[in-house]
Amino acid sequence: MNTKRLLIVLMGSLLFPGSGHAASLLITNGTVFMGATAPSSQLDILIEDGLIEAVAGDLSATEADHVIDAEGRPVTPALFAGISAAGLSEIGMVYEAVDSRLNKLYTGLMHPEFDVRKAYNPLSSVVPVTRIEGYGYTLLAAAFGDRTISGQGSLVRFDGGFNSFEGYTTIFVNVDGYSGNKIGGSRAAHWMLLETAFSSLDTKKAGGLWLTHNEHPLINQTGRATLKNTRENGIFVFTANRASDILQALAFSQKHQLKAIISGGQEAWVVREALAASGTPVVINALDNLPGSFDGLGARLDNAALLHAAGVTLLFTSGETHNARKLRQVAGNAVANGLPYEVAMAAMTSLPAEIFGGKPRMVAPGFRADLVIWSGDPLDVTSAADQVIIDGKLDPMTSRQTELLKRYLPAEAGLGRAYINP
Amino acid sequence: MRKIICVLVTLLMSVAARAQPEAFPSTYAPPAGQPVLFKNATILTGDGRRLDDADLYISDGQIQWVGEGEIAPGATEVDASGRWITPGLIDVHSHLGVYPSPGVAAHSDGNEATAPVTAEVWAEHSVWPQDPGFSRALAGGVTAMQILPGSANLFGGRGVTLKNVPSISYQGMKFPDAPHGLKMACGENPKRVYGGRTQAPSTRMGNVAAYRSAWIRAQRYQADWDRYNQAVKDAAEAAEGDSSGASVASALLTNTPPRRNLELDTLAGALRGDILVHMHCYRADEMLTILDMAKEFGYSVGTFHHGVEAYKIADKLAANDVCGALWADWWGFKIEAYDGIQENIALVDRPAGGCAIVHSDSDEGIQRLNQEAAKAMLRGNRAGLDIPPERAIRWITYNAAKSLGVHEQTGSIQPGKMADVVLWSQDPFSVYAKPSQVYIDGVLRYEQNNPSLSPQSDFELGQLMGAAR
Repeated sequence: MNTKRLLIVLMGSLLFPGSGHAASLLITNGTVFMGATAPSSQLDILIEDGLIEAVAGDLSATEADHVIDAEGRPVTPALFAGISAAGLSEIGMVYEAVDSRLNKLYTGLMHPEFDVRKAYNPLSSVVPVTRIEGYGYTLLAAAFGDRTISGQGSLVRFDGGFNSFEGYTTIFVNVDGYSGNKIGGSRAAHWMLLETAFSSLDTKKAGGLWLTHNEHPLINQTGRATLKNTRENGIFVFTANRASDILQALAFSQKHQLKAIISGGQEAWVVREALAASGTPVVINALDNLPGSFDGLGARLDNAALLHAAGVTLLFTSGETHNARKLRQVAGNAVANGLPYEVAMAAMTSLPAEIFGGKPRMVAPGFRADLVIWSGDPLDVTSAADQVIIDGKLDPMTSRQTELLKRYLPAEAGLGRAYINP
Repeated sequence: MRKIICVLVTLLMSVAARAQPEAFPSTYAPPAGQPVLFKNATILTGDGRRLDDADLYISDGQIQWVGEGEIAPGATEVDASGRWITPGLIDVHSHLGVYPSPGVAAHSDGNEATAPVTAEVWAEHSVWPQDPGFSRALAGGVTAMQILPGSANLFGGRGVTLKNVPSISYQGMKFPDAPHGLKMACGENPKRVYGGRTQAPSTRMGNVAAYRSAWIRAQRYQADWDRYNQAVKDAAEAAEGDSSGASVASALLTNTPPRRNLELDTLAGALRGDILVHMHCYRADEMLTILDMAKEFGYSVGTFHHGVEAYKIADKLAANDVCGALWADWWGFKIEAYDGIQENIALVDRPAGGCAIVHSDSDEGIQRLNQEAAKAMLRGNRAGLDIPPERAIRWITYNAAKSLGVHEQTGSIQPGKMADVVLWSQDPFSVYAKPSQVYIDGVLRYEQNNPSLSPQSDFELGQLMGAAR
């Protein structure tokens, strides 16, 4: 397998990134996860011009520029990396290299117009580090700063593009105890501010909204327009863990006609019937099982299984950016704790795009060929991505970390490691 | 006259030679466990061996035999076919109890971040035994762990090794006769915490200067005690030898013992090797600086913790008999963690004498050390290093026990050792593997899907009453 991988890497280096050469690629004998269903074995996938052209039992008669024999290995759409700051945060504590939050800019209490996409850097080392582990896209989030509404983001593809955003504008609203404490001193104050801002959207008043007579507006004109537009065409992600907060978010969203998603959801299992009834998806970290705060005293490992059984749509996030690649393990643990395997796979592949408005992540003709060939079960810690394919092109499977490995793997260094330049 | 001198010497001696009682001793005493025979298991012994279709017998708190042997009448038989047995997992780097759940500010007891050298504090005095994290770690197969102070300080204080048994007190968890650890920290954290207050250290060179100054004080303190102890010895000999002269001087010296200093007690203990040094250090160059400093002051660095660049100096770590307690895949959260690679653990394990350890530093990671080790094993194998499960299990059992100085008692499945054993539902190196049973000193402390063997902390009792289950 090592030799084989090497060949693929050599081949890939001719193709990615930025090769204008439109090539065809045939993957044979894959165990293919098409979408939300059980995988089908022994399928061939033909890719042309970056799109899946055909998926069938035997396409071996088809001419293709490159052929990869998957030898029965799993083939999936490139995975969703969860909610992250990939491309926004190069190094967590090097703050001048972190662009995911609005802080210490006292021009207003709410800035939904703060758009982290303006700061996205596809050349960040985090992007290939994540991509070569089998991840094709993430939801770029405005991280919690010192505001009620932390800002907006959207899906972004890990194709190396500077403008590879997809899907709906997504506004992040923090309604947990931590945020409440920071803003107004309580959850109730927090909801008061949100209610004031959103109620103003349907008034005839133009311009900003002043909460008091001091110099700072609650929300400015652009912000109000942003909320209004997003209410029509976008998504609101409410960060909430406590059951009561989740219910408040559901009620608020219903009242103001928002398309809502709950992120966090440690106690979502408590209110799973309400979540299911409202059709609100929940993004959870399936590893959360400690009462880490008074927002999540009910955190438990079978949260995912309980939510699914009640009919709630689930997604996963790891809460990590640099180690967003851990999300497969998160999903695997959800399966180990009772979530059906296909449901976890759908949460990792097709569902995020459906919910956040990206192009479909399915292995079917006409869809974009962002695929991964795995060494084994994609949700187990015993397997890894053997080959990532983005837009039908073979990823060279290199990152800053693979280059470091190449430098330090040889036992002998000759003149020194600095002379080993892969 | 001679008689008077003798009386005087004896009198002084009786004051001086009174031994310090052990402070905060362990009160852990395992109850009698039922003898258990595990049949037909796949056993990873923790010291590099794999036994297929093998039997294991534990009784009286100890591992009695592996393979064949006698069993007591009435021993419980556990059919372990298809299941795996490993030694109890050991985490050398945990903050359970000192940064417990819930993580409210008033629970933040892990960093005495008020001075860069606080060798006098002991993590055990911050441990909240009701941290729900302990029972979660137990369900993950962790039978022992070291609780360390945080890394804000150059010398953060003493770490304590605990058995993962529920108790009202940390004394009731304390691993009997385990040495204390000394937590030290390199790099960014101390210089950020104190530099941010325009206080020393604000640089890496400031870090090193402050370590060395502290070691110099500890050396002097040790010399004072050595001189005093020698005087006590001389005086005793003089008294017995019925001589006078020098004995009077010695006897007088015994009257003025050096004043005890908690900070220097710890540092001198580390210099003597009674306290094991656990050094938080990320960068390869800094680890090499520390090894030189250890030579200068004649002590041993037991284990580098975190060491995301340990792979760059794996040969030097092995040559110096230093362990590397590492993460499987953490990187990038600060610049000294920028060069982290997933092959780090496997590369530290590679040289002869390499001592690689998977540590958690996390209340989540400690629950699945097996998965963390699985990831590291996978990366090693994909890099061509050929690491079988029986080798990788050492990273979370024997090597960890060695780092904590308890490898004579636990960490591998050897007759006579503590019966700290995990029965796994399957090959533990998988996301789907779970401990079926966890034994500590031969006592069944956890069983999967058995509420009566799933301990719960006081804090968790009665929470979310009324929520539909």
